[in-house]
Amino acid sequence: MEKDLVIIGGGPAGLAAAIAAREAGVEDLLVLERDSRLGGILNQCIHNGFGLHTFKEELTGPEYAGRYIEKVLEQKIPYKLNTMVIDLEAEESRKKVTVMNREEGLYQIEARAVILAMGCRERARGALNIPGYRPAGIYSAGTAQRYVNMEGRMPGKEIVILGSGDIGLIMARRMTLEGAKVKLVAELQPYSGGLKRNIVQCLDDFGIPLKLSHTVVDIKGKERVESVTVARVDENLKPVPGSEEEIPCDTLLLSCGLLPENELSETLGVKMNPVTGGPEVDESLETSREGVFACGNVLHVHDLVDYVSQEAAQAGKNAAAYLSGSRSGQGRGIPIRAVQGVRYTVPSSVDVSRMEETQVVRFRVGNVFRNAAIEVSCGGKILKSQKKQILAPGEMEQVILKRAELEQIEDPEEITVSVRAESRGRD
Amino acid sequence: MCMYDVIVIGAGVTGCGIARELSRYDWKVAVLERASDICEGTSKANSGIAHAGFDARPGSLKARLNVEGSRMMEGLSKELDFPYKRNGSLVLCFREEDRETLKRLLEQGRENGVEGLEILEREQVKELEPNVSDEVKAALYAPTGGIVCPFGLTIALGENAAVNGAEFFLNTEVREIEKTGKGYRLLTGRGSFEAKAVVNAAGVYADRFHNMVSPEKIHIIPRKGEYCLMDKKVGGFVSHTIFQLPTVYGKGVLVTPTVHGNLLAGPTAVDVEDPEALNTTQAGIEDLLRRASLSVRNLPVKQVITSFAGLRAHEEGDDFILGQAAGAPGFFDAAGIESPGLTCAPALGKYMAQLVREYLPVPEKDSFVAVRKGIRGMASATAEEQKRLIAENPLYANVVCRCELVTEGEILDAIHRPLGATTIDGVKRRTRAGMGRCQAGFCSPRTVEILARELGKDAGEICKNGENSRFLTGYIKDGIQGEA
Repeated sequence: MEKDLVIIGGGPAGLAAAIAAREAGVEDLLVLERDSRLGGILNQCIHNGFGLHTFKEELTGPEYAGRYIEKVLEQKIPYKLNTMVIDLEAEESRKKVTVMNREEGLYQIEARAVILAMGCRERARGALNIPGYRPAGIYSAGTAQRYVNMEGRMPGKEIVILGSGDIGLIMARRMTLEGAKVKLVAELQPYSGGLKRNIVQCLDDFGIPLKLSHTVVDIKGKERVESVTVARVDENLKPVPGSEEEIPCDTLLLSCGLLPENELSETLGVKMNPVTGGPEVDESLETSREGVFACGNVLHVHDLVDYVSQEAAQAGKNAAAYLSGSRSGQGRGIPIRAVQGVRYTVPSSVDVSRMEETQVVRFRVGNVFRNAAIEVSCGGKILKSQKKQILAPGEMEQVILKRAELEQIEDPEEITVSVRAESRGRD
Repeated sequence: MCMYDVIVIGAGVTGCGIARELSRYDWKVAVLERASDICEGTSKANSGIAHAGFDARPGSLKARLNVEGSRMMEGLSKELDFPYKRNGSLVLCFREEDRETLKRLLEQGRENGVEGLEILEREQVKELEPNVSDEVKAALYAPTGGIVCPFGLTIALGENAAVNGAEFFLNTEVREIEKTGKGYRLLTGRGSFEAKAVVNAAGVYADRFHNMVSPEKIHIIPRKGEYCLMDKKVGGFVSHTIFQLPTVYGKGVLVTPTVHGNLLAGPTAVDVEDPEALNTTQAGIEDLLRRASLSVRNLPVKQVITSFAGLRAHEEGDDFILGQAAGAPGFFDAAGIESPGLTCAPALGKYMAQLVREYLPVPEKDSFVAVRKGIRGMASATAEEQKRLIAENPLYANVVCRCELVTEGEILDAIHRPLGATTIDGVKRRTRAGMGRCQAGFCSPRTVEILARELGKDAGEICKNGENSRFLTGYIKDGIQGEA
């Protein structure tokens, strides 16, 4: 089978990329989805709050996905469900996608361009090295969410949550609404990893305590969880002896970060960014492999699906331009460097001759900053200085680069994005 | 009341190895296991090493059965279809003054009959293993050392025993043993069993059963070993099994590739009282990573995907206790089976079957089937085999575990074969579903669903392992209290 464009993943990123590619004129494309329906993880996110930016209204996850799925159907974009990509290779500019499913077995698709949209997975207990027993009752927050929202089953009744990532916060509220007792959310860092609005709406409103600078140091229970021991940590994130508190519970939920799922990208040999765990991309969201684009949580973990959709649409459009050979310029990309409080940027380079009028650069900071400014500099010139009351690692930030401004700089060597801190605070 | 010729207590690798050998003969054999599956004790949490055989004292049972087991392993891995690889091992020596000890180990190995042993100098070691510590001075190289899947080996032995007529009783804990006129009566939570002969392969509990029938008491000390398992991305960090010079507590911390391509570091060695203390500890994990880091440069600790602990059945006499218990004719011990117990299991089974045969003469069966086919795995199959498997059964294209590429076809095979899986852990050990980097985050709901469907149970009844390890606690809305 041959295709102009293969999109790996039928979640929010894959769907938005497919629609944008089709709108930009790609006829011969195919979306591959490993699950039994389109929409990805949104299908289990039945809370509202999605789509505020895109649709100016509050949708649930399935509703948000539904809007994109409708378009995919309307535009008759072909997709395959229950289809797993098991290998991805590139020979010159041809990409070979090995897939399998029940109906068609195992076969290869040759694609001129590929968009990576595989999403991310949750960090598991093992990677956190939490000591203790290994009984039933330890789940990642997303697994618990699937049980509750898609299968109508409760994974436990008395819950402690480690990590204050958004899924954990959402699940604290969800489990409470279903009659479970959420005893505590413990967060290793001195700040939360989730959105402020989720802390307010999911914990504060339900009187669920959040303990910052705390972690789980022991899990008891030989068959099912019986208790977890929580302790305070010092500045080096090491547990403080004597601060332990044993909390009886039958379930430990983990919401300790998301990891882009790039096993396929790695087999393809694309250059990876060690900070995001996703591929390095330029302003076209193209990876180091020609004709291979990336978007959504496989590229870097987002907080808001609206931005996933925006980013993915850009990848779709750029893939279309690549396929039609209509990409202008072929100049050199200016590296964008994340410095001083900024952990990474996406994209990590920009080619002025190729970029559109404006280019969104998304990034995260490495700590909580109050009354700070985000600064963008190039060629010794400060292009932008944006004041921010608060910057936190849990909230993705963005700046917009303008082509007109960059064009005025002679021989730009690099663009830097940094935080100029007035004060660095603990939240 | 069920009457047997021979009853084996314990379905770990030792019990299963013995049961398989007993099933060659015209006996009625039963295996009683307290856990919900075979391979639930020490056999599921160890290094997965097929030791060459240089560690044990010459003349000891450990030495003899180790070398014999090591020699049998390759052939057996083909006969019973389990993963095994002869990757060779190195014992590192970091100090000039320890060269003597290394040399003694070499001589001991030769005396035990280990083939191909040689001492390599630093440069040769670095050539074999570029990531070995710069501190290394020399190493003992054992080309016959290997790695084996401990679940694969145990389950293969157990399944083959079952196919050959051994009856396995799971969730059946022996509580008391009484002497009868003809042999022994074993009282369990599921009724009583009688046998002319009993083989005690109860691992960390072997002393309990021995001491019920013999006036000469033994004492098993559970000796905990903690491990860290690392992602397959770094499975090639070393290609040989890297030991350090042994200490009184055993072979020290090793760094090794596993037969499935992960990287493993461990174990620690700490004596504990509770024979079920399978918890890992902060101190243990830190200690093992620190010690493993003495062997290699830049151990990829960030790639740890899980940690676990196992308990060795250490006996003070420091050799296996194999044979009739004093004052208890027909009661055979296979006790104190710590490292290299996994390697010894095939040879130990034969040894034990001979002892029982001397006590209870019996002819061989004509009907014994020595060959067993394992679960065919998509991950290890070639593209051609994958296509053939899918053509035979389209469920082999239905991926359940993404990380390890395990399909519904494999999981169904695991559930429906002899001694099939009934728990999440049972599926995991037979197919590797849930053993990958996401540690079952994505696949466990699917595995629960498949188990429930295939076993005709409700998803709420599916357990991780033991009967009290249910995954789900009820339905949503159940717990909501208040006025209607």
